[in-house]
Parts: sequence; C-alpha cells; structure tokens
Amino acid sequence: MLSLFGTIALLFALFFSFLQAVLPLWGYRRDNAIMLAFARPAAYGQCVYILIAYVLLTIAFANSDFTITYVAANSHPNLPLIYRLTALWGSHEGSILLWILILNVWTVTFSLCFHLSPVEERINIEKNKIFFSLTLAILGIISFCFLSFLLLTSNPFVSTHELQTGHDLNPLLQDLGFIIHPPMLYIGYVGFSVAFAITQAALIQNNLSATWAILSRRFAIAAWTFLTLGIALGSWWAYRVLGWGGFWFWDPVENASLLPWLAGIALIHILILAEKRDASKNWAVLLIIITFALSILGTFLVRSGVLVSVHTFANDPTRGLFLLVLLGILITAAFAVYVIRISTSLSINQFQKITFFSREMFLLINGTLIFIAMLTILLGTLYPLILEALHFGSISVGAPYFNLVMLPQVFLIMIFMGLVSYSHWESSIAIIPWRKIAKKMLISCISAISLLWVISHQLDWIAIICLSLSIWIILNTVQFYRIATGMTIAHIGFAILIIGILLSSVLNQEREIRLKTGYSTNLGPYNFYFLSTEGIKGTNYHGIRANFEIRKNQHHIAYLHPEKRIYPVRDMVMTKVAIHPSIFRDLYLALGDPFAEDDWSIRLYYKPFIRWIWLGAIIMVIGGLFSIWQRKRLT
Amino acid sequence: MNKLHKQRLIYVSLFAFGLAIASSLILYALKQNINVFVTPKQITSSHLASHYYFRLGGMVKKGSVIRDTQGLGVQFIVTDLTAEVAVRYVGVLPDLFREGKGVIAEGHMNAQKQQFIATQVFAKHDENYMPKNVYLAMRNDRN
Repeated sequence: MLSLFGTIALLFALFFSFLQAVLPLWGYRRDNAIMLAFARPAAYGQCVYILIAYVLLTIAFANSDFTITYVAANSHPNLPLIYRLTALWGSHEGSILLWILILNVWTVTFSLCFHLSPVEERINIEKNKIFFSLTLAILGIISFCFLSFLLLTSNPFVSTHELQTGHDLNPLLQDLGFIIHPPMLYIGYVGFSVAFAITQAALIQNNLSATWAILSRRFAIAAWTFLTLGIALGSWWAYRVLGWGGFWFWDPVENASLLPWLAGIALIHILILAEKRDASKNWAVLLIIITFALSILGTFLVRSGVLVSVHTFANDPTRGLFLLVLLGILITAAFAVYVIRISTSLSINQFQKITFFSREMFLLINGTLIFIAMLTILLGTLYPLILEALHFGSISVGAPYFNLVMLPQVFLIMIFMGLVSYSHWESSIAIIPWRKIAKKMLISCISAISLLWVISHQLDWIAIICLSLSIWIILNTVQFYRIATGMTIAHIGFAILIIGILLSSVLNQEREIRLKTGYSTNLGPYNFYFLSTEGIKGTNYHGIRANFEIRKNQHHIAYLHPEKRIYPVRDMVMTKVAIHPSIFRDLYLALGDPFAEDDWSIRLYYKPFIRWIWLGAIIMVIGGLFSIWQRKRLT
Repeated sequence: MNKLHKQRLIYVSLFAFGLAIASSLILYALKQNINVFVTPKQITSSHLASHYYFRLGGMVKKGSVIRDTQGLGVQFIVTDLTAEVAVRYVGVLPDLFREGKGVIAEGHMNAQKQQFIATQVFAKHDENYMPKNVYLAMRNDRN
C-alpha cells in the first residue's frame, strides 16, 4: 500500500514540476500573465507531494516495512529508532529523494523571501513578477529532471513479494555525523540551484540588474554556508568513524564537495563587483553556471560509480549515464542562454579607473586564484577517469598531489586576503602603503615564529609561512569588524582553519603498537595504561571494549574506552575509536586486531590543534550567517 | 588600442600567467604522485624496479595470513586467481581486511623481487565492496 501511495505522490509531484517548468515559460513567450501566475501554486503543490512521499518513506522505515525493497536493503528491526528515521538517506534512492525535497524547500523559501522582501517595492512590480515566475520555472525544470531520474532509474518505493528480513544500515553510517551531515551537505549543494535559477531568469529577461546581483548573492552565501557546515561535518564524521585519525583524504567524493565550495567562494566575491560596481557581470554569470554544474557533477560522481571512492554505493551504469545526459542537457541549455544574452544584455560599463591596487582588482584576483585552485582539484579528481578513457591504464592520484599543488596556491590566496584591506574602492592613484604592509608582515612573522617555538620547539618552513599568513589575515581583517561583520568573521574562521590543518599535521604524533593488558606505552607527554577488556552488547551489535587510563606526569587525565564491534546482520567489524578532545589537543585511540586474548594491536594519535579545523569551519559558518542577516538589515 | 583593450589585455595576461604557474605546478605534482595500479599477473609478467612505488590490487588468498609472534608484522598472499604475490606489512590492518576479500596495498617490491613491501593497506568501506579496477582486472584475466 505504502509503496503504491509513495509512487503516486511522486507522479503527482512530477506532474506539478512539469506545470511549474512549462507554464511560466510559455506564458512569458505569449505574454500571458495567468500562465505566469501558475508558477507559485505549482511549486507549492509539488512541494506538498514530495513531502508526502518523503514522510511515507520515513514511515516505512520507522515501521520496518520490508515489502519495500529499499527499506529492506537499508534497515533492520533492531536498528535504533533515530537511525531508522534517517536510514532513508543511507543509500542512493533515498538520498536522491532527499535532494529533491531540499530543492523544493529551497524553492518555497525563495518564494517566501521574494514576497516578504522589500526589494519588490523598489523596482517595477510587474517586471519582478515575471522574474519571480521565471525563476520558479527554472527550478521546476531542475526538479522535473531529477524527479524523472528518481522515477525512471531509482524509485525508492519499488516493492517486493519476497519475504525479507532487512539488511541493516551500513555500520559505518550508524553515527551522529550521519544524521546531520547529508542534509546539510545537500542543502548546500542544492542551494546553488536557486542562485543559478535567479541568474537564468535574469538572463532570459535580459535584465542583469542590481536586484539580480543582490538576490543571487544572498542565496549563494546561504548555500555556501550550509555547504561549509556539511563538509565540516563530513570531515568530523570521517575523523570519528574511519579510525585513521584523518580529517580529509582527498577522496574523489570529498573533492566533489570541495569544487562547488571553491567556485562558490569565487562567485560570492565576484558578485560583490556586480552588485556594487556594476561590473564583471559576465564573469559572475559564468561562475554561477559553473558552480551549479559542479554541484550536479558532484551528484554524478557520487552516484555513477565511475570513480573509485568510499562513497560510491550505486555502481549502476544506467544511472550514471542518465545523470550525465541530464547534466549535459542542463548545462548546454544554460550556456546557450548565456551566450545568446551576454552579448546584448551587458553594457560595456567596466571600471573606468582601475589600478592594480584597488579593491576591484583584488576581488578579481581572488576570484581568479580560487577558480584556478578549483581547476587543479578538478584535474586531479578527473585525471584517472581521463587516462582510463584513453586506455592508459588505471591509476589513482594520491593525497600528496593535492597537498603539493594546493599549498602554494593557498599561500598566494592568503597573502591577497590580507593585502585587500589596504586597498580602496575605485582608487585611481596607486599609492601602496608599503611601510604599513611591511610592519604588519613583520609582526605576524615574528609572532608566528615565537608561537611555534613555544608550542613545539621546532621550526618548519611551511609551518612558519602558514602560521604567519594566518596571523597576517587576522591582523588585517579585524579592523573591518564594524563595517562588514560577516566577512571579517568568515575570513578569521578561514585563518583558524588553516592554523588547525597546519599545526595538527606538523605536530601530529602517532604510534602503532602491540600491547597486552597490564602494560603501558607512551606518546608525546602521555602514558596509556591498558587496564582490561570486557564484552559488550548493544541493540544491534556485540563486541569488546578495552579500558585505558591516560596519565600525564603520573596525574590522571582520563579513561578511554575504544571498542571493537561486530554487526551480525551484515557480518561487519567496526572500530569505535575513543577520543579525549580538548581545544589544544586530541588523544585518539583505536583498537586494531586481537593477536591473542588480551593482546591487541592498537593505534594511538596525539593530535594538537585538530579541533581548530572544525572550530574554524564553524566560525566561517557564523560569518556566512552574519552576512545574510546583515544584508537583510541593510536592504 | 584604447583603454578598454588595455584593461582586457591586463586581465587576459594575468589569467594566462596564473594558468601557466598552475599548470606547471600541476604537471610536476602529477608526475610525482600518480599511483599506478597493478595486478599480481602484471607483476609476474613484467619487471618492476624495486624502488618503483605502486598500488597492488587483488584478493587476499584464503588461509595465507600469517602474523608474527612479536610485533605488528603480517604476511599474506594477494591473488588475482592467475598469479600470486606475497605481501609483507607492518602495522594495523583495516577492519574490512579479510581472507577472500578485495584489498589494495601501496608499496614496492623488495630487492630480491620476491615480496611486496606494503607501506599502506587500504580500508574498504563495504563488505561487498570490490575496487572497480580490481573487479575489472580480475574479470579480464579470467577471460
């Protein structure tokens, strides 16, 4: 029953998305106001039906309704309720449904924002209504494409007559991170569709006004903020669950999320130019299309199984092909609109008085540098695919490539992030305040070196450069706190993120060792005493827990209890790491394999400053939220 | 050449400059950091220098895992059903390392070319997960 209702709800949603896509476009062509007005009710209708489908699938998961294949494949009656409710996005079909639901929520949000915002009052209301309907039409097209993808290749409501017991949710996903990471990431990915739709609507109307720039920038910032949160949560999850103490593995799917993130940064900065100086509009439009394409490409890479990755769980070539065709059609259409309109819609009103040392120039440089950084990651990610397609054998591009290539680029970007604070809008005379710059640089270098010496008693070239550049950014941006709060907070967050990445990798200590109970080992200033082991039993697993005591200079610090769990349904072994977190260092303990009873291999990590990575990301998110909020207050 | 053209020239040259730096960095970095994927059959049929660093992929042969009595050393045999390579690794093996399952080891052959010295053995994230290239290689070898 549930599966039938679910499919019907999806079909209704498809129908509404078709109306939402076609009627306004047709109405625009025929100058028919009634047709245009259909956009909003159709969008709301679609949202309601998607919501129904989503709730139905959630109910099926909650009740362990194993007549639905997808539920049987990803749930089990013994699974804790919270994971049963979220197991919906544990695999391919459900996560596409979540994707569409979030797109609908964004559409409704856009609709509400547009009707509540005072932007409408300022300019011709009639024209704005058309703009609004066209934006909804573009969103309808995207939604229609993905709904047909869902219904044709991966319907989550497919039922089965076989008696199934439930294959359980992948144990790696049974973690707090899994509950919040995918929705946040998808909110980020999908949010760029709104900025994209706004831009396409403006292009169709031939009206790339300041309203367009303000609106699309606001949604781009919102999307970017959620994407930042989603990526940070993903890396936190990997750190806690995978048991290797790493927070970023340059896995193709991680890169796939980083690509729209970087393009989004470039976009947000270039849109400032479009909004304030009425310039660089074609660059901004191009960036929006690229960001959107990258967020779809991310979905394609994850879902198609073309890349070898930890996230690819749907190795179905038809799905990959379908998505690739979808991507091709959407992007070709977007570029066609762009190419047709860009020659006519842009007056040549570029900055007349531009010198090297002006803020306009710095924003352009920033956009270009970040765009290039994005391209290098894109190349590294797709390189194995390209070589394989050309029959040069199968290779993989390792983390050292990305580290080596990104480091100098990040340095360069950080230098400019600090320098920008010395520049002024529209500055016609190039007076570069060398003395001030040199003074700040010197201060940051000295403080970086002394800090490093105090912390680690070792000086490393890269560490010094990174730390002094981070301090350089913080010193230079703090003064903008009153004018641009969001920007200041986000930039400081970035500096803290870099400090975290750098210091945690430079000061990291790790040890793999074989240890019997009753013995101890040292790492850094800490002693790890292996006290005992005991059996444990959870709702859907059983296993062994080890008890460790950690001491520093004979003072008790903490007890840690890493576990080795067996999930019998999937017959899968999982390491549950134990972490003692604090702001300046993490102690991280993972059980390896038992050699004999009470004789284990264990992995120990001492990770200074690793929390700063997520702290920095959270600060960036706060900065993003601030700039959305502040913008609202200003307009 | 008017002002506008001059400006555009500046942008284009800046962009080209950045692109040139980036692409030279990339080519250098790619050259150093590519891991070539090799199956046991390819090792026996070709001669790889002992310093050549690559990824070995295949299946852990059933009953071949031998642990040292002291320390973390472990030896096992990686097979693609036609050829076999002995692997030595010192360290903690990932959770999903099992006899009869797929595995990828990164490292190099030892000086006598008898044994593969792994510096890293990769965690697989699904019990049914077989790396795509291992799967393809094994399928091709069977044909």
